[in-house]
Amino acid sequence: MSSLFEIRGLKSTIEGKEILKGLDLSIQGGEVHAIMGPNGTGKSTLASSIMGHPKYEVTEGEVLLEGENVLEMEVDERARAGLFLAMQYPSEITGVTNSDFLRSAINARRGEGNEISLIKFIRLMESKMKELDMNPEFMHRYLNEGFSGGEKKRNEILQMMMLEPKLVILDEIDSGLDIDALKIVAAGVNSMRSPERGFLIITHYQRLLNYIKPDFVHVMMQGRIVKSGGPELAERLEAEGYDWVKEELGIVDETVGQA
Amino acid sequence: MSTPTTSFGREAAAALARSKNEPAWLVAWREEAGQWATSLELPKPEKTPIHRWTLDSLGSYRPGKPAASLAQLPQEIAGLLPEQAPEALIVQHNSSVIYTHLSDELKAKGVVLSSLEEAARTHEDLVSKHLMTIYKRDEHKLAAQHAALWNGGVFLYVPRNVEIEHPVQAVIFADDAEATFAPHILIVAEPNSRVSFVENVAGSLGETASTLLHNGAVEVFAKAGAHVRYAAVHHMDKAAIDISYRRALVDNDARIEWIVGDLHNGNTLTDTKSILQGNGASSDAKIITVGTGSQRMSVTTQAVHFGRSSESDMITRAVMKDEATAIINGITKIEKAATKANGQQTEKVLMLSPKARGDANPILLIDEDDVKAGHAASVGQVNPEQVYYLMSRGISKAEAERLIIYGFLDPVVSEIPLEGLRKQLQRILERKLG
Repeated sequence: MSSLFEIRGLKSTIEGKEILKGLDLSIQGGEVHAIMGPNGTGKSTLASSIMGHPKYEVTEGEVLLEGENVLEMEVDERARAGLFLAMQYPSEITGVTNSDFLRSAINARRGEGNEISLIKFIRLMESKMKELDMNPEFMHRYLNEGFSGGEKKRNEILQMMMLEPKLVILDEIDSGLDIDALKIVAAGVNSMRSPERGFLIITHYQRLLNYIKPDFVHVMMQGRIVKSGGPELAERLEAEGYDWVKEELGIVDETVGQA
Repeated sequence: MSTPTTSFGREAAAALARSKNEPAWLVAWREEAGQWATSLELPKPEKTPIHRWTLDSLGSYRPGKPAASLAQLPQEIAGLLPEQAPEALIVQHNSSVIYTHLSDELKAKGVVLSSLEEAARTHEDLVSKHLMTIYKRDEHKLAAQHAALWNGGVFLYVPRNVEIEHPVQAVIFADDAEATFAPHILIVAEPNSRVSFVENVAGSLGETASTLLHNGAVEVFAKAGAHVRYAAVHHMDKAAIDISYRRALVDNDARIEWIVGDLHNGNTLTDTKSILQGNGASSDAKIITVGTGSQRMSVTTQAVHFGRSSESDMITRAVMKDEATAIINGITKIEKAATKANGQQTEKVLMLSPKARGDANPILLIDEDDVKAGHAASVGQVNPEQVYYLMSRGISKAEAERLIIYGFLDPVVSEIPLEGLRKQLQRILERKLG
């Protein structure tokens, strides 16, 4: 059976430095995969390379969403094909309100002549914001401008909930969140779990995985996945750290591309 | 009636004033200015060689046809009016005011709205006491020319404690490139009054070899505790040059707010200055400009603090396309003894073309220690991180850039106090930004 999402031999560079050194991963519909690893091992590069950040250059490999190679698509086409990346550092954009932005995004996906009605859109946005315990005012605020770290993260999840992607990548969504916010964000993610949708969760900490139960856990070092397992792997990493993995695999320096 | 450009000076200024039956004081006042116009130098805006501009096309006195009702206004002017007839409206067509309307309710409160030419006769004291006292006739050649030649114009007087709820509107329109087009807007807001004024300067010159010179000026007097909001949108063909000097004198606890769209298609020299004379006086200036084609622009905002605890804020945002050049100056001056004053300014320039040029020059001149002042300036391109972020949600690159550019201007656009004018501004932006 073909996968919902498949990464084959992905290599990627930034400013000429190779960060991803041949990464393979396969996600079926309904699965939640977690990628863990210390700082500087290429986790965020993986997220950015899949989405198509202009600073990263993919030099080898394929990324297939429902069998289509997204690497041949522009960033917006990837999104419309069903990819979603909740970013670690979302941009602030003055003058573009959260609601105008989201409506443009939804309509871009729906296509001309099939735009969502304003009333329907507002009802949808209001109900999702309520689920995420967001102040309704944020609808009319400029996109991410003046948002706290936690508010930006919630806003990312709000976008995910409204755009209903096929494959969701969460890049360090738990950083900067207190425990209450973390629970709300996790509940938002869990409400989106479905047999058709896959998740790739990138995190330092096992903490998030207490609230979003992964089916598979992968450890990333030196720009590759070096170890995979079930949820118990995350628990062991939380309890014992990463040294035992390095020892087991004979890795001295787990980082990649650090000057 | 005509004023040949070559022989313009003392005699021509006086002759023109007499031919319009202006009162004796004004004839003499113009005569003096006409003299200065021959001897004074042009202003020297930073990095903008305006002596190369066609500034000598002073035109002739070409009055428009008076309209007894809105229905009689030329079609192009009617198109600039709001759907609902405003309670206070004045229209200038080329060299003269052709229509004035003020509701009976506002008249009963003592509000005066008329052409400045008429007010020079009917309200001589008020006019002579204020006219060109904060934009002085001898400031430079353009000021002297303006003094000698100003025509039509607006006089708005708001008595003490009177609050005008809806904006007073002025449409100033030129379609004759041979016309002298020099409106002067004089607003006197007495203590504790409140008024919004909206000025819409537009032109439709078509194909012409001539240059239309809009040599305009605005003077606002906000007396103690008065609040004046002044919104302006300027948009003429590229055959026109827009010279606009705007000044406000702000008394104790009074406030001026400027909301300006300098969206003209030709060369532009504007200078918007708030003089915070009184203690607790405040000013807020928000200006946007869009440079297209090969136009040259000098856009200056200034705040001068004399009063204690006076506050000023200035924001200018410019989008530069094609081969346009803009020099954006922000000058905050805090005089000695203006203790606890606070002056802030920001200039941002967004460059959309490698051949365009935009300079932001923030200047702080501070002669008092016990003050706050700050500035921020930036010149940059559309941020690729922002484009990536929007695209990552499915928005096309073109649409993402459009959202970012319009967003850049939104902090000013969204402040325009009239729905109709805001929409017109958006249409102008769409035309200019393509």
